[in-house]
Amino acid sequence: MAQPLLEVKDLKVHFPTDDGLVKAVDGVSYSLQAGETLGIVGESGSGKSVSSLTVMGLINPKQARISGEVFFQGQDLLKVPKDEMRTIRGAKISMIFQDPMTSLHPFYKVGYQIAESILEHQDISKQEAFDQAVEMLARVNIPHPKDRASQYPHEFSGGMRQRAMIAMALSLNPDVLIADEPTTALDVTVQAQILDLIDRLKSEFNAAVIIITHDLGVVAEHCDDIMVMYAGKAAEFGDTDDIYYKPLHPYTWGLLSSIPRLDEDKQERLNPIRGLPPSLIQVPPGCAFHPRCPYKFDPCDRDVPELLPVDGHHAAACHLSLADKERIRDQEVLARR
Amino acid sequence: MSVQAEQLPAQSPPSGEPLVKLEGIKKYFPITQGILFQHHVGNVHAVDDVDLEVYPGQTVGLVGETGCGKSTLARVVMRLYDATEGKVWFDGRDITHLKGKELQELREDMQMVFQDPYASLNPRKTVGTIVGEPFRLHQTVPKNRIKSEVQQLMELVGLNPEHYNRYPHEFSGGQRQRIGVARSLALRPKLIVCDEPVSALDVSIQAQILNLLGDLQDEFKLTYLFIAHDLSVVKHVSDRVAVMYLGKIVEMAEGASLYRTPKHPYSGALLSAVPMADPELARQKRRIILQGDVPSPIDPPSGCRFHPRCPQSRAIAEAEGIDGPHPRCIQEEPELTTQGPEQTAACHFPLEASIIEGGGAVDRFEDLVEDQESKEDPAPN
Repeated sequence: MAQPLLEVKDLKVHFPTDDGLVKAVDGVSYSLQAGETLGIVGESGSGKSVSSLTVMGLINPKQARISGEVFFQGQDLLKVPKDEMRTIRGAKISMIFQDPMTSLHPFYKVGYQIAESILEHQDISKQEAFDQAVEMLARVNIPHPKDRASQYPHEFSGGMRQRAMIAMALSLNPDVLIADEPTTALDVTVQAQILDLIDRLKSEFNAAVIIITHDLGVVAEHCDDIMVMYAGKAAEFGDTDDIYYKPLHPYTWGLLSSIPRLDEDKQERLNPIRGLPPSLIQVPPGCAFHPRCPYKFDPCDRDVPELLPVDGHHAAACHLSLADKERIRDQEVLARR
Repeated sequence: MSVQAEQLPAQSPPSGEPLVKLEGIKKYFPITQGILFQHHVGNVHAVDDVDLEVYPGQTVGLVGETGCGKSTLARVVMRLYDATEGKVWFDGRDITHLKGKELQELREDMQMVFQDPYASLNPRKTVGTIVGEPFRLHQTVPKNRIKSEVQQLMELVGLNPEHYNRYPHEFSGGQRQRIGVARSLALRPKLIVCDEPVSALDVSIQAQILNLLGDLQDEFKLTYLFIAHDLSVVKHVSDRVAVMYLGKIVEMAEGASLYRTPKHPYSGALLSAVPMADPELARQKRRIILQGDVPSPIDPPSGCRFHPRCPQSRAIAEAEGIDGPHPRCIQEEPELTTQGPEQTAACHFPLEASIIEGGGAVDRFEDLVEDQESKEDPAPN
């Protein structure tokens, strides 16, 4: 296999607070090949956003204890000096945020905001940068890009703002695009447009994409690999078919049976996961999921399960034996779906 | 279309009178200009001529994109907005123009659960005060019994009654939504309007709240008007689903038939846009990506309001050698017509073929369009 484009190894991000140490990300590893889409799924507070903000170098090291390695094109991004990081961020790794309303500046014209990031990285005139911005707006299917570029964000609809954000993120032809809940604030029809756009642009620009979401539907349709995160750790990792058809972690089972299915015939009761996600200050000992897990047994509240490979690159962090997991999965989880 | 001429199959409408009945509801918001003299320059056609019936004990779901008027419609039902035109009936009574004391008494029977559990609870009041507020306002329970009533309610919705004196910020999103549900239940209403009650929640919590709403419905024989933009959630909870587009109901059907045989191309598009947590199904289904955004409700398109974005209309027009949407769709406004048992749609060229095969793929839009083309389309003017 080729050298991965981005490789994250044992990343830990801990925030010291007055109440205690918040272990937002606690030992996450993954790798990303060029042209691949990775989905990171988890509930709020599972550390999915913080892990990617760290990759982008957007977590202030003064406020957090960061350890681990983030290899990108042969260098460890966590050790790169701040000035050099500025040349990578935006140009080689860029990010789309959840809320397009708050991530565009309301006082500046959209075209100017896109041109600004181009000017930051390239030695060209303002006019050239603006022309490039217009071209990018056209590539993300915004009608009348020239007129739109001289409008303000409030004149754009939600979907168009997110398109403008994507145009901005892709304007420098990055190698990695991180999309943090790119469609959560949008209608389903617009969501479908945006996700298709990301898919299309991914192949046009030959970029690798990380989609962070809490929606298992979004990742099913658009990702190659999926990492399910719980309380700062990876609970399960595998390709899309592994996660949906052969899931091996009780948390993944819970997530899958929590969603109402369109193709169900009757209205059956959903099987939600009991309880609430834990506080990241007092993560339960052992497996962090054990207080909510219906299948917990002896070692679960004592030993932290490791993310062990099952077959190929499918891996799960759970103490249950593989035979037990397969039995429970086939009899109880998949049978209900 | 042939379906229009079809005899109505013997429908078995839910028993009795509808609890809520809307007749020709219109809600326009005026747009004014001028500083000293406000003159009226136009209207936002938020809801335009909607008929809807909600039977006791049933759940009716309203789906549609942002700005389609679903929340406005709910607020008209709640009498939080006055309808511009049309009549609202509740429990056999015309409540369109109720005022004062009568209106306040009516509110005991209808309550609302809001979308954002962070914004809909007063941060400076304790949970006990928030949930007990309806008792104090309506004086249905003597003062000394309010606390025990509130604690019962809290237990009912799965909150710890000992948390009576806590403030909303001490609860998580899902728990706050439970507080909102407890408050809406306080007066034992007949109707609860749920305006996107689970949109702001994580999936596992969302499932807990949906189950809770279902259990409460069974226990108290509640009637729900359930608004959401997530079609899978709406289908899960609803007996009947109304699809709204730009202030109008374009299709009304049982959840299962809406999923199997959506008749209106907009319902089809909405259905195909729902992300499915099943890679196999997701790969099989062909997506209809609607172009552009919802047009402005200030000056809605002529004829069928969906025609500028409708792939069906274009396909049929193309088969007739016309460029752009079919002229009939541009000129003539479609009426809601019966398309099948308990299913109505407002479309000149409804989708015909069934859509799922054995619980399989969602949509084969182009196949459908070809079906339509191969038939000699009888569309007269």
